[in-house]
Formats: sequence, C-alpha cells, structure tokens
Amino acid sequence: MISFDQVSKSYRGGHEALRNLSFEIGDGELVVVTGHTGAGKTTLLNLIAAIERPTSGSVVVNGQNVGKMRRSAIPYLRRNLGLIFQDHKLLFDRTVFENVLLPLQISGFPHAEAAKRVRAALDKVGLLDREKAHPVTLSGGEQQRVCIARAIVNRPSILLADEPTGNLDPDYAHGIIEMFRSFHQVGVTILIATHDEHLIASLPARVLTLQHGALRP
Amino acid sequence: MISVHWHTLLLALKRFLRAPLSNLLTVLVIGVALSLPAGLYAVIDNLNRLADGTTGEPQITLFLQTSASKGDIGDLADRLRKLPGVGQTDFVGKDSALKELVKNAGIEDLAATLDHNPLPDAFIVRPRSDNPVELEALRSELEKLPKVDSAQLDSAWAKRFYALLQVGRQGVTVLAILLALALTAIIGNTIRLQILTLRDEIEVSTLIGATDAFIRRPFLYFGALQGLLGGMVAWLVVAASLLLLNSAVADLAQQYGTAFRLQVPGPGGSLGLLGGAALLGWLGAYVAVGRHLKHPGRHG
Repeated sequence: MISFDQVSKSYRGGHEALRNLSFEIGDGELVVVTGHTGAGKTTLLNLIAAIERPTSGSVVVNGQNVGKMRRSAIPYLRRNLGLIFQDHKLLFDRTVFENVLLPLQISGFPHAEAAKRVRAALDKVGLLDREKAHPVTLSGGEQQRVCIARAIVNRPSILLADEPTGNLDPDYAHGIIEMFRSFHQVGVTILIATHDEHLIASLPARVLTLQHGALRP
Repeated sequence: MISVHWHTLLLALKRFLRAPLSNLLTVLVIGVALSLPAGLYAVIDNLNRLADGTTGEPQITLFLQTSASKGDIGDLADRLRKLPGVGQTDFVGKDSALKELVKNAGIEDLAATLDHNPLPDAFIVRPRSDNPVELEALRSELEKLPKVDSAQLDSAWAKRFYALLQVGRQGVTVLAILLALALTAIIGNTIRLQILTLRDEIEVSTLIGATDAFIRRPFLYFGALQGLLGGMVAWLVVAASLLLLNSAVADLAQQYGTAFRLQVPGPGGSLGLLGGAALLGWLGAYVAVGRHLKHPGRHG
C-alpha cells in the first residue's frame, strides 16, 4: 500500500532530512514512526502526501509513484488520505461543522449526504454537540478531535498523523489513542509520527525508528 | 454542477461583504477609470450619429438664379450630364427644398408667414473625384454655367469631421486598452490582498485535496463581481454626465437649428461595457491566483 524504495530527501544548503530509506507498509497496518526532533518524521509523512517530493528514490502509494506525480493529479491522491496535523490547521472563521465539511465540499459531495457524513464523523470524535461552535472556543484536545473528524470524513483508506497527541493533556491523549485503535480495527492503514512514549506503548503498532534521517534497524 | 457555481457565487459575495468599505472603494476606482473611455466613446458615438445626417462624400450644390425657367433647368441638366468630372446629379426644386427646411428646422410658423418661396432651385452634383484641387476647379467651372447663381462645395467639412472622429475613435481605443491593463492590475492587486487574508484557507484546502480550479473559482467570481460592479458605476457616471451635458447641448443645437440630443449608451454598448468590465475582473483574478498557485510562498 505504501512503499519507500531508497528514498533520500535533502534540502537546499545540503541538509539531508532522509537518507536511503526503504520500507513497506501493508493494507490495514498500524505503524508508528518515532525518533528525535528533526529526525525526519514529518518529512516522511510529507513525502507520502506529495507535500514534498523525494530527491531520489521512489515513494509508491496505492500503486502510484507519488514523487513523480503530475501536479494536477495530487489533489485526487490527497482525497484518499486523511491528514492529521499537530497544529490542527483549522479555519477559525468557520464553525466546527463547516471545518469538517470542507473535504466533502472539495470533492463535490451533494450537501444533504455531506451533512450526514459530517455528523457521523463528529459523533465518532465525540463532538456532535459542538458542531455550531467556532474552533477558538474549543480546547486544544477538542481542536485536535475536529482535525481528526475532518481527516476521516472522506473515509480515507490511509490516515497520516503528525504528533497527534503533541500538546495534549494525558486524558485527552488517551481519548485520541483510543480513536486510532478503533480506526485500526475497521481496517484503515494508519501511520503516526510521534515521540510520545505513552502513545507508542499503548498501541499495537509496528515501530519504525528514525535516526538522523535513516532507519535504525 | 449548478449548485457548485451557486455556492461559489455566494462565497464570493460573502467575501465581498467581509470588507465592504475597501471593496466598494475598489469598485469606485474601477468605475471611474472605466468611465473615461466609456464616456469618450459615448460622445464619439453621439457625434457619429450627428455626422450620419450628412454624407462623407463631397458634393457641389448649384444654386440657380430665380429667373431660371423649366427649359433652362432642362438645358442645364443636359450640360451637367455631359461634363466629364460630374457623376450623379440631383435636382432639388425650391418647393421641396422649402418643405425640407421647414421640417428640419421646425419653423412652420415662420414659413406660414412667407408670401412667396425665397429659396432658389438647385442641383446637387456629386463629382467623380475627391481631390480638393480638382473639386475646386470643377466648382468654378460649374459656377460659370448659364443661369447658375453660385456653386458651393459642400461636405469638405463633413469629410474632415469624419477624419477627426476616426482619430478620436482610435484615441479612445488606445485609452481603453491602457485602462484595461490598469484595471486588470488593480483587480489583480485586490485579489492578491484577498489571497493573503485567505492564505490559511487556501493552504488547508490544498492539503486536503482541493484542485487548483476549486481554489481559483471563488476568486474568479469575486474578480468578475468587482469588475461588473465597477462597470455599473462607470455606466452611471457616463449616463449622468451625458444627461447633465444635455441641456447645454440642446441650447447649442438649437442655435444651429437642429434638435440634436446626447443619448446614453444603448443596450448593446451598455452590455459591452458591463461584460468587458466583468471579463477584466475575471482576468485580473486569474493572473493573481495563478501566480499564487505557482509560487505559494511568494507574496511580493
């Protein structure tokens, strides 16, 4: 489903974020990528979503080489991915409902059907009663849950999460870990980048450890 | 598909209302800038209408002596036909000339007080040449014919007037092109500012699978909307100016014995103005968003 073959990524100025990375993630697998700050976790996720392109090697997602993908094809790749960001990236001039609706608007869902899906996603993250709220009025954990609802509303086959429990209290973090567990149970492929030991310990996940851009055996 | 465009239009309206003052100011700038070429064009259009009453072809009018009889007129017509420099000739009898004059100048009352027709019979001669020297030679030759009182070379002024209008029209075209470029830049700039305030929305939308077209669409609608509103302002400015000018023009026209009035742009011209303005807005937005999509990091 996701395969990295000798992938390197270096930036202008010579900094090498990823070095000769090769691994595969199968359908429905739950994988945690860990490593110190700056080890290349975020870069790895960005390569899968074609937010960045590899300097060399190939990144294949669902049979497509996303590093060589045409610009115009990238949106359709991303609609099949659920992206969860550490900084949530919510739109503060819209309600919770409208934030979660955005992916469905983008893929051109009929409105009535979309509204049902948005409520189902909000129900799953336990925020159904806050659909009219604005993100500013929510706590950090609630904002993260809105971000998760937005990532799953399109029913993607792959979830990519970057430090999903980053700034959260242990209680909130626990709830979010439970959510990932339930997504995993229904067969979603999940890749989580984190250095949260508690999260790693509490999930039945395969762990990939990055050190200075390379996989530690 | 229709509902997508409807929603996009609503979104564009919402964005317009989010900063109503600055958007209205932009509309005003667009309107005033557009009203310059549109106004000049309307004036030229009106002058054109005035000129259409005359002909651009030169003609020589032969006024006959009042003593000329029907026989003299027949002889003269024969001689005119045989002259090599003369094309078509038309005879205008004094009765029909008086009728025409009364109709054009609106002087029925005055005409009724006349006990005889003061106008002479006349021939209108269309020369074959339009060379000014040859025309003048023909005119003096015609003047020497028997029973001819005087010969006037008409419509040289009309020709000049036509040429002048042509220059004016080309000037307006150049001005319109320059202002169109300026408008594209003005609208492009407002869109660029809007992109800055909506940067997060664009970034998030892109990350969750929005196509360029999806991101571009509301901006295009917004640009077209601004252009359209600017076009309406321009139309109002032009119409109001023409109507204001009209009383002065009416006074002037009366002194020349015509009932000429300036007219506001007709449906064709108005639609052209509005459509053109909307198109320019669309274009400006397209350029601005295109730049942003290509270089999302750059905002200079």
